[in-house]
Amino acid sequence: MTMANLLPLPVLLPLLGAALTLVARHKPRTQVAISLTVLAASLGVAIALMWGTHDQGPIVLWLGAWTEPLGIALVADRLSALMLLISSFVILVVLVFAIGQGVADGDEDSPLSIYFPTYLVLSAGVSNAFLAGDLFNLFVSFEMLLFASFVLLTLGGSGSRIRAGTTYVIVSMVSSFLFLVAIAGIYAATGTVNMAQLSLRLPDIDPTVSLALQLMLLTVFGIKAAVFPMSAWLPDSYPSAPVPVSAVFAGLLTKVGVYAIVRTQFLLFPESPLHTLLMVAGLLTMLIGILGAVAQPGIKRMLSFTLVSHIGYMLFGIGVASELGLSAAIFYIAHHIIVQTALFLISGLIERVGGSTVINRLGGLAATSPILAILFFVPAMNLAGIPPFSGFIGKVGLVQAGVTDGGAVAWTLVVGSVVTSLLTLYAVAKTWSYAFWRPRAEEGSDQTFEIPMLTPNFGRLSDAIGAVVAHERPATPISPPAASQQVDRPMPPLMLGAASAVVVFSIGLSVFAGPLFSYTDAAAQQMITRDAYVKAVLPQEVP
Amino acid sequence: MNAIAPSLTLVVVAGFLIAAGVYLLLERALTRLLLGIVLASNGVATLYLVVSGPAKGAPFVGARPTEEMSDPLPQAMVLTAIVIALASVAFVLSLAYRQWRITGSDDVPDDAEDDLIKRLAERDEVSSTYDPDTQSTTTADEEDATA
Repeated sequence: MTMANLLPLPVLLPLLGAALTLVARHKPRTQVAISLTVLAASLGVAIALMWGTHDQGPIVLWLGAWTEPLGIALVADRLSALMLLISSFVILVVLVFAIGQGVADGDEDSPLSIYFPTYLVLSAGVSNAFLAGDLFNLFVSFEMLLFASFVLLTLGGSGSRIRAGTTYVIVSMVSSFLFLVAIAGIYAATGTVNMAQLSLRLPDIDPTVSLALQLMLLTVFGIKAAVFPMSAWLPDSYPSAPVPVSAVFAGLLTKVGVYAIVRTQFLLFPESPLHTLLMVAGLLTMLIGILGAVAQPGIKRMLSFTLVSHIGYMLFGIGVASELGLSAAIFYIAHHIIVQTALFLISGLIERVGGSTVINRLGGLAATSPILAILFFVPAMNLAGIPPFSGFIGKVGLVQAGVTDGGAVAWTLVVGSVVTSLLTLYAVAKTWSYAFWRPRAEEGSDQTFEIPMLTPNFGRLSDAIGAVVAHERPATPISPPAASQQVDRPMPPLMLGAASAVVVFSIGLSVFAGPLFSYTDAAAQQMITRDAYVKAVLPQEVP
Repeated sequence: MNAIAPSLTLVVVAGFLIAAGVYLLLERALTRLLLGIVLASNGVATLYLVVSGPAKGAPFVGARPTEEMSDPLPQAMVLTAIVIALASVAFVLSLAYRQWRITGSDDVPDDAEDDLIKRLAERDEVSSTYDPDTQSTTTADEEDATA
């Protein structure tokens, strides 16, 4: 068996698992067993593929044995293999967390049978997006993961989730329509949707048409990745989902958009006139996102805004468009998937131990649960970019790329990224000190502390806070029912273990940052030279 | 590649459908959003008819010379797109129904966070470290004075 035959497995295995878990919908234990097996197998395949692409260059499989340029190609190069590995890991660990949460809440009989199949379809969609070798297959994978995310986001169908879900669904559908229009335009102009063929044919078409198509694709992926003018939907919808769902959304879904931007920008439009636009969008995303994060009283909302903000760092690297910049951007994507997932999982643990994720209602968690304090502290500092963590290393790479570029926009971005980093530190440190170090609120006292925040005095607005609390904590089968006081429930070992695994992985990324950076250097070089990719897909058309 | 000029009628139809769809997507009621999705997706599907060029014979291998065949690829793509649009319609319909069951109307309600910010603006509240200006006559001051 050759390596190429492994390519469809990360998509097929979860889909098969989804079918089986649907069949076994009345047997939660069987569902758990199937989901774990399938996702562990996908992780194994991803490891093998990463080793394979590193060893022998891009791996290509034409599905259904169609002759070469006609069929659908799955392609794994260094970038997709890395994305696939990290996403498989995150998906598996978050599943363990979700199982831990469900078992601890005694949900075994509640109507959650739809969770596992949907989650597996989401996983298949994400893997397919990373492996897609043509634009239409990319569209189909987006639809797979979007539909799965629609269901997961509105799980339980409570009022706040339906409201958040509506915004998310409509925004996603508009971007899907735009994607279809872009694909129609690309097919009309070039007669193909295969990305390797497009990279050969797009230079020959009218530059104006090419620019219009590029702008359309950037808008589509910008909506998915929550780039600034199109980012408003994200902090609105993610926090209302159950914790394991928002963790995997925050970690993966926006990064799929960023991956699509990288893929199309460097493979299809290498001579892009839009690099400056991307850098400006990156700067605005960073600053506006982090200003939103600073103002948030809820941990999950704060994290959603930092998620938007840090997408800007990746755009920075992509916009600089040098090998150094792209390499740092890829490193940053890998780092950010892990850290963001870790923080969302830990916000779930905080919710469990403290009974809330609004920092006004939290306090004394460091005494209640020292493990949780450490678990929060490490990824929080990592996100803010404190040495020696991977966030710092990624940011140094980006700043280095910006300085090497030397243009006025690049320098502005360097300054902007440092400011954003400091504001991120402010936002997470505020949460850290209020939730963990402040003395704990007395039982039954209505409002306790005046909190000097950049937003006005929340102490006198307990009713309004109540609205936000209700918004952040909808009562649903998968998350525990709302409790306004601190409850001190023990953390189930599976949840704790899953969250710790992600944190340990993030420390691993910091320790092995050297080898990882040399890998992303190679990946960036492969993306920028394009030869290896195109030659692997179309051996006959390229000399 | 299509050397033949695209059909203007189809382009106009597609443009009209998408424009009407976008107009409806800007509405607040979910049922209208649903109709907007239906119209826009049909408009996008029509674009694929433009792309596939004039209608010709069925593309079976060996049935006729290649020049007389329709381009099958856009048709395959548009079929996929239509199926996905159908699923979208089903999902939005269920969202609208659920919304109606919960709130009694299918309008999308306001965001709680927006509400909070609006209330803050109405009260004109400031940070606790801020030294208040005694001369101003905001509503918050009036409330404080009457309290």
